[in-house]
Amino acid sequence: MANADCIILMGGNMAEAHPVGFQWVSEALAKGAKMIHVDPRFTRTSAVATKHVSIRAGSDVVFLGGLINHMISNELYFHDYVVAFTNAATLVSEDFRDTEDLGGLFSGFDPETGKYDPSTWAYADPAGGTVTGPSGEEHGASASARAAGHEYGSGGPPLEHASVLRDETLQHPRTVFQVLKRHFSRYTPEMVRDMCGISIDDFEYVARTIAESSGRERTTCFGYATGWTQHTLGAQFIRTAAVLQLLMGNVGRPGSGIMALRGHASIQGSTDIPTLFNLLPGYLPMPSVGRHDSYREYVDSIGSKQQKGYWAYAETYVVNLLKAWWGEAATAENDWAYDYLPRLSGAHGTYQTTADMRDGKVEGYFVLGQNPAVGSANGRQQRLAMAQLKWLVVRDLNMIESATWWKDGPEIESGELRTEDIATEVFFMPAATHVEKAGSFTQTQRMLQWRHQAVQPPGQAQSELDFFHELGVRIRARLAGSTDPRDRPLLDLTWDYPPDAHGNPDPEAVLAEINGYVVDDRAPLSAYTEMKADGTTAGGCWIYTGVYADGRNQAARRVPQGGGGVTQSEWGWVWPADRRILYNRASADRDGKPWSERKAYMSWDDAQGRWVGPDNVDFPVDKHPHARPDPSLGGAEGLAGDDPFVMQADGKGWLYTPKGLVDGPLPAHYEAAESPVRNALYAQQQAPARVLLARSDNMEAPSAGEPGADVYPYVFTTYRLTEHHTAGGMSRWSPYLAELQPEMFCEVSPELAAERGLVNGGWATIVSPRAAIEARVLVTDRIRSLTINGREVQQVGLPYHWGVGSDAVVTGDAANDLLGVMMDPNTQIQESKVASCDVIAGRRPRGADLQRLVASYQQRAGTTPETGTRAVTDPEKEGF
Amino acid sequence: MAAWSPLEWPVLRQVLTGDRTGRGAAVQSARTRQIESRNATADRVVQSVCPFCAVGCGQKVYVKDDKVVQIEGDPDSPISRGRLCPKGSSSEQLVNNPLRQTKIRYRAPHATEWTDLDRDTAIDMIADRFLAARRHGWQDHDEHGRPLRRTMGIASLGGATLDNEENYLIKKLFTAAGAIQIENQARI
Repeated sequence: MANADCIILMGGNMAEAHPVGFQWVSEALAKGAKMIHVDPRFTRTSAVATKHVSIRAGSDVVFLGGLINHMISNELYFHDYVVAFTNAATLVSEDFRDTEDLGGLFSGFDPETGKYDPSTWAYADPAGGTVTGPSGEEHGASASARAAGHEYGSGGPPLEHASVLRDETLQHPRTVFQVLKRHFSRYTPEMVRDMCGISIDDFEYVARTIAESSGRERTTCFGYATGWTQHTLGAQFIRTAAVLQLLMGNVGRPGSGIMALRGHASIQGSTDIPTLFNLLPGYLPMPSVGRHDSYREYVDSIGSKQQKGYWAYAETYVVNLLKAWWGEAATAENDWAYDYLPRLSGAHGTYQTTADMRDGKVEGYFVLGQNPAVGSANGRQQRLAMAQLKWLVVRDLNMIESATWWKDGPEIESGELRTEDIATEVFFMPAATHVEKAGSFTQTQRMLQWRHQAVQPPGQAQSELDFFHELGVRIRARLAGSTDPRDRPLLDLTWDYPPDAHGNPDPEAVLAEINGYVVDDRAPLSAYTEMKADGTTAGGCWIYTGVYADGRNQAARRVPQGGGGVTQSEWGWVWPADRRILYNRASADRDGKPWSERKAYMSWDDAQGRWVGPDNVDFPVDKHPHARPDPSLGGAEGLAGDDPFVMQADGKGWLYTPKGLVDGPLPAHYEAAESPVRNALYAQQQAPARVLLARSDNMEAPSAGEPGADVYPYVFTTYRLTEHHTAGGMSRWSPYLAELQPEMFCEVSPELAAERGLVNGGWATIVSPRAAIEARVLVTDRIRSLTINGREVQQVGLPYHWGVGSDAVVTGDAANDLLGVMMDPNTQIQESKVASCDVIAGRRPRGADLQRLVASYQQRAGTTPETGTRAVTDPEKEGF
Repeated sequence: MAAWSPLEWPVLRQVLTGDRTGRGAAVQSARTRQIESRNATADRVVQSVCPFCAVGCGQKVYVKDDKVVQIEGDPDSPISRGRLCPKGSSSEQLVNNPLRQTKIRYRAPHATEWTDLDRDTAIDMIADRFLAARRHGWQDHDEHGRPLRRTMGIASLGGATLDNEENYLIKKLFTAAGAIQIENQARI
């Protein structure tokens, strides 16, 4: 970021949520860069920005789409980069129909399932027909349920092969470029003004600044946080930025890219090595019943050997994982014990599991350093669900609300639950802090950093590593001698980690297994390219191979400032292959020369016959830029010298996604699940493929155009403060931090305060179809009333750190209780950043009156579980 | 207490000692002159990483008599260059907070209060319940006879605040047991 000429921060508040990372934005500003903050609120990020642009929450695709249209219409895109490195020239199937052809949907929508069949979105095949996935096309209903979008954390979606039709003049009407141009043509500055509440002057300023800060000599960088992810359209928000960045040539170069500003110490690591239902380590999918019944079906569908790049070797990564887990029991004859893996049959995400829990289908629940009673959407549903468990294990540092809801939760106070009636057994297991155990975190730039252990955990506290290792030992001991085939996966599991001085498993031995090794002599692998698919190597997470190269913990490297090089490469270890900038072959032009002296990074050296520069090149190191091998060779051999996107099946950056996203090959703006605004772009109001959980404990507010929408007339959004951390489990128990931010509050504009009689410092009650909470009122012009489609829209800002309990230093009502669970179909992430509410002056009712207030609003609005569940707004316009 | 001397007037002392910023000798008293930094007396310094957000700031953990006495930013880190935010700066309190739980607590069905358990008993109880829930929620096949080999009886949430090595063992153990409803903050 420090090397950027322009930084656009959207969907986040970096100065307050990532203050120390923000120093690199400050460095860029000091070097003369511009920084623009686009956010509903004026925050400390805005305060130091070159410009703050106030935007209506949830309208980001309109704004970014407007920028794309501006760059294409005015020919401001980076032509040479776009032609050489993106799929702009690639031809799309004749059967594809855009939102422009229909009423706002793409071709292939299936009203039965409420999801898309994406087969018409595919590339045209030179041999006729389309380029499908390796096992044909997967229907969106299946892909969405297994949150398949999540699988592209390390590489793009697979294609059956990489032979495509290209027109590098970009004139053919079916080129991606022409499709893109037509699709975004209605995203005009006027539309941005009417839907986002952004003036045409401000829009033009942003467009001009990005255009001037992109191209050969300059680069623009984006940064985002959960203000982009937590939407029913979240993946498409980020896609829109990716399309813009590819058009402007801002990927794979110094000071370019899109930075995900993630919020937990190892949230990146826990996605790479996923404690997630739909993934196995290294972004391999969990097998699904009916789709992956046999090993062959599984490996053939996840990647094709005829596609380009390193995902062609997906089978190798699978074999190494299975070999690492089941050792000698994993053989070629039994398909590497593939059948030991359990199968998915739909969505098993945390919210579907919560609903199952509430319905009595889940017996036991582990909650590990997380506080769902406060931190998950629709907190009441979370707590009522936990009250149906047989047993609950909470492992944390402090006595969080997720461990005490049975005696001091909001439902005890309201009388909905009675402690004596709750049959759930609760185990609270004290956890070790980060200094009481050794291990690695993966931070937001994919860097693994090792923490050394400073002291032993106090009292009965222990780390997750020790606890789960010990639990595994005891479970295996209880099953010893079992002849039941279902116990084989546990009994055959490799679980023999050498003990440290205190008898606990040595975390470095676990890291060595993750890294991978030669089976015969346990020699560590140094790169994933050394992995074999024949059982002679094993490794738990292929993208992490190299972190234990030479038998040395590379994540523990701590040369001050990372050494003298510009990449500071002697500090920590970055996946994959210790590359600091991904896709960095794109930092040189088609001929392998730097785009400019100013932005030089990696380049081709003819004399040496290899790529050179300060980083490890993200490309076959000796492949000439003019190499044009037969694409049907597949794998690294199939990559042309101008295919920098080595994890994409065709080697190109995707302006258009022929497959992989389940809600459209291009971003299109739809309103949030709950919105007081009519969609002016299309007849379609909400994201058609959004995932709903229609239940009486998860009701939705009516949207604009539906009766009752005026009962919840305001838009609210949630956010973090500098002094607290998520649901407060690590901050509300700290007297220092509690003193700095003691109390829940809401930010409202002076106009809204006048409308509802709110007084600064007084109390307000915020009501949604799920809950009513109270908060202190902060009247401020940092949050502005916006003119949308000619009418005023008021937004309410709510920090979400407080919860109701009795153990923390500070408590308060939880903003997340207000949220419903409406999800993005690619990722199954809930929409937290925009929803509808009402605000009234004064404190909320106590006892049973609280639920009465919520119910009276629901009745006035006429809300039922069916409200807001219609997939297609105007079926006639879509041709149904 | 000694009689107050006009020479002790801080402004005068600041002038006399040349302490221009007023952060050195001019603001010291007899007592503060004797105070030694906790960092200076630490037995050892351990390099670590901040446990809050995903920036990954370097931390130096100062330990004396096997107790953490202070946690500060690590100036060697190319990511953070010694800086910490308010949360990172409060890390010492995260470790030494008197409100922190260091005992296992157990709430029996319908009970109104916690009771204590030793660790051995607690892990044994959890292992028994784990296997029972696994058995009760077990599904061998779906309605078409296709393999499922899983249990729907056990769920888990958490991991974004844990180590890679911990997530690895959690995913490995749960998957081998057939538990699939394993989730963390990355979904949220």
